Amino acid sequence: MTPLTFFPLAALIVAAALGVILNRHPIRSGLCLAATLFLLAIMFVFLDAHLVAALQIIVYAGAILVLFLFVIMLLNLEAELPQRRRQNLTIAATVAGGLFAAAGIYALFTSGGQLPGPGTAAAPPLEFGSSAALGYRLFTHFVLPFEITAVLLLVAVLGAVVLAKKKMS
Amino acid sequence: MVPATYYLALSIVLFVIGAVGFLIRRNLIIMFMSIELMLNAANLAFVTFARQQLAMDGQVIVFFVMTVAAGEVAVGLAIIIALFRHRETLNADEVRMLRW
Amino acid sequence: MLLEIGIIVVKILAVIGLVLPLAGMLGWIERKGSALIQDRIGANRASIFGFAGAGLVNTMMADPLKFATKEDIIPRGADRFLHTLAPCVNLFPVLVAFAVIPFADVLVVGDRIINMQIAPLGVGIMYVLAMMSLGVYGVVLGGWASNNRWSLLGGIRGSAQMISYELPLGLAIVAMVLTYGTFDLQAMARAQGQLLWGWLPAWGILYQPVAFLILLIAGIAESKRIPFDLPESESELISGYFTEYSGIKHLMFFMTDFVEVIIVSALLTTFFFGGWQVPYLTASGFVFPWGGTLDLPNLVIVVLQMASFTLKIVFFCWFQIMIRWTIPRFRYDQLMHLGWLGLLPLGFANIIVTAVMILAFQ
Repeated sequence: MTPLTFFPLAALIVAAALGVILNRHPIRSGLCLAATLFLLAIMFVFLDAHLVAALQIIVYAGAILVLFLFVIMLLNLEAELPQRRRQNLTIAATVAGGLFAAAGIYALFTSGGQLPGPGTAAAPPLEFGSSAALGYRLFTHFVLPFEITAVLLLVAVLGAVVLAKKKMS
Repeated sequence: MVPATYYLALSIVLFVIGAVGFLIRRNLIIMFMSIELMLNAANLAFVTFARQQLAMDGQVIVFFVMTVAAGEVAVGLAIIIALFRHRETLNADEVRMLRW
Repeated sequence: MLLEIGIIVVKILAVIGLVLPLAGMLGWIERKGSALIQDRIGANRASIFGFAGAGLVNTMMADPLKFATKEDIIPRGADRFLHTLAPCVNLFPVLVAFAVIPFADVLVVGDRIINMQIAPLGVGIMYVLAMMSLGVYGVVLGGWASNNRWSLLGGIRGSAQMISYELPLGLAIVAMVLTYGTFDLQAMARAQGQLLWGWLPAWGILYQPVAFLILLIAGIAESKRIPFDLPESESELISGYFTEYSGIKHLMFFMTDFVEVIIVSALLTTFFFGGWQVPYLTASGFVFPWGGTLDLPNLVIVVLQMASFTLKIVFFCWFQIMIRWTIPRFRYDQLMHLGWLGLLPLGFANIIVTAVMILAFQ
């Protein structure tokens, strides 16, 4: 990925992410989040993570976000009124967040030490990022976490059903 | 070629946006979305490291993060619906029954 | 470099040039088919000099013209930006989903081998799934941005329905991936060129009849057509999520409907009916099982394959239209029951049986 494509895409991602937290209406926030996820999927493609990019759109943008929008529409939420009394916290959080980001980026670019590994310039092997490579790793080295995740999903489904069910009288 | 540090910087910015959003917004759904932003920032970092090291492990972990996020959203939204049924509000400041 | 870009552009134009007119034609076929089924004369108003035989062409041209000249109305209190965005978000993903559908085998020009598929992606079918899962945004946005209770209801119904039927759709596709051992649709189409017992084309329907049924039903549900048209059921919700749309935007919702029919047909064809395969047509020409061969030049073979693919797609489009005018609409609880209690367990069972069979025959 050349700087010419990276920076516009990164700027779009940041703008969309800011839209998530600054929009007053939940639906608009949700759509900004969808845009963020979609643009991140494009970023993943440039990082040779093709399957992850597809999963990002299918699972995140296609299912999780739609659930968000569905709930917002179901509850018919209106736009929030601006809240004056929380202004101090807003300023404090923004300043602290800005400082954290600045410190992190500063450390990242000035530490001098190179990140280990061949780097993003090295050509990846043909298989890299493919479903075969990811599946192989998933079902050999990560097979126990995989099984545990399956149980976790089952528990989540049960929990969601129990929580959302109307009380039967 | 853009070095991995640029991607990581973007990841930090995204994470901070998510964290700040979680702190400044009081609407539970938007707070929830901010958490998703933070998770995605982490995902970007994982994918970047996978590319940097040319090892698939980073991408596999993203797969797990997505699965956990899906489960988390299912339960979380169910809690939000149940809460809205009882309290008619999604403002985190007004939900303070269990707070000291 | 320039030549390669040119080839891709030509391929894109060819696919768009196939899909959009076909979608326009379906508008006419649908009305004509409904007239046929309901025993009446239909869609004969648009005719030049009373020449009825050109009804197809006339309707195809008259419809967009009529929509284009209508006033574009945005209701008061509606979200102007999102209201305009919704039809675009609706149409875009289904159109780009055609990028991985193979419409013929390779074309050899000189020493250049052209794969008749716009984008030979490694993730292939996952890409189609991803794009189809984005289709729900148009429904949600259109329903919400219209500032109309019926639209909102349609949007809610639509999102719930599309999430529910995406699961069986995905499960059917998983079974196909297991069967062919690849995500690439071109490879799937090629794999169906083999012959069983020397004479029967090994089309996917022979291996996966259950997956075919699931994909057909879930596909129709994804395109929100009768019997699954709860999101836009006109007797309850006027037009559901696109009630408040007029002019070109309405046309875009309309087109999306037909393009979705075509993409479902294309998927059914590619998975289960050999894609672009013509029975007994190999890369060098016809090789008949009863002996005898007929050598053909590469160009003729590609044209035959494209014709075969188009014909199969048109057949499935027609099939879906026939279903639309034959079956009454489901009730909402029936819809959810069919999805979650019928198709979903069936899809899981199908995957398990497929996996066991593959293990057993390995």
